[in-house]
Amino acid sequence: MSLAGACLLALLIYGISTQAASRTLDEQVAKGAQPPAPHATQSLPILGTPGSGSLAQLRGKVVVLNFWASWCEPCQVEAPLLENAQRQLARHGGTVLGVTYKDVTGDSERFVREYHLSYTNLRDAGGTFAAAYGTDQLPETFIIDRQGRIVAISRGEIAKPFLDRAVALAATT
Amino acid sequence: MRLARPAAGLLCALMLAVPAAAGAEAARVSLPVIERQVMCVTCKIPLNVAESPQADREREYIRSLIAEGKDEAQIKDALVTQYTSAVLGLPQTHGFDLAAYLVPVAVVIGLLALLIFLLPSWRRRSAAGAGDEAGALSPEDAARLESDLALFD
Repeated sequence: MSLAGACLLALLIYGISTQAASRTLDEQVAKGAQPPAPHATQSLPILGTPGSGSLAQLRGKVVVLNFWASWCEPCQVEAPLLENAQRQLARHGGTVLGVTYKDVTGDSERFVREYHLSYTNLRDAGGTFAAAYGTDQLPETFIIDRQGRIVAISRGEIAKPFLDRAVALAATT
Repeated sequence: MRLARPAAGLLCALMLAVPAAAGAEAARVSLPVIERQVMCVTCKIPLNVAESPQADREREYIRSLIAEGKDEAQIKDALVTQYTSAVLGLPQTHGFDLAAYLVPVAVVIGLLALLIFLLPSWRRRSAAGAGDEAGALSPEDAARLESDLALFD
């Protein structure tokens, strides 16, 4: 009986550990490593158009990967900052890439129009792309270098210095 | 004329029944009904108790689907399309979630196996116990029992 109880307890602990968002990328970046961006070749539908795109298609560019949703208030605050960064990055062969997270398509499209976002936004319909980045709260932003490696992570609302770092990376590499 | 009365009655009954059925159908698909069956996908709790900006958007989306005349199944399909199957709050049939289906079955099988294993020994013990009790009566007690029983004759 006690063996069965121990098995159930072990199963519960395993379940909790697997359900929690992964912070492996954060740990690697904190140690100074530059892990490859996961699921880079995963093709996702482009918001507002019939096509699809992937992170791998942007290899060779500095990418600011931003997970967002229209219902997320900090995402509304940082949207103008991201659009401003997009203009600067575009001059140095970089780009912002938005990925919507648990958002209704119509709401996401309205958000893009409202904030005049000129960069591409993908729709992570299955949630697997966001899960690979350990995304469970919004907004979350990743700076990816020209070789497709993650160099910085921001979980929460981004500040201008974080985006300046991406622009500097694009300008100097 | 004799036939006309029952026919008119039947027609009236139908006229009353059809809107009532339609009304019942419309009443079934309401926000509270759907809210009870789906999850707030970011808070991971049932939508009817969730308070968050995402939960509010989810409710608005459900309201818009109801307004479009969608039925319960269509609304759930639309929610799954937008938010993945996580919105239904059902464990998936692969990976760790499979344990949610397998563990209860394993527990029931385990309990049945335990019962099959223990039942014969319980029976033997109770039968032996009954025999022991009968044999355990001392001659004095047996005599007292006899005399007590004789009082009732």
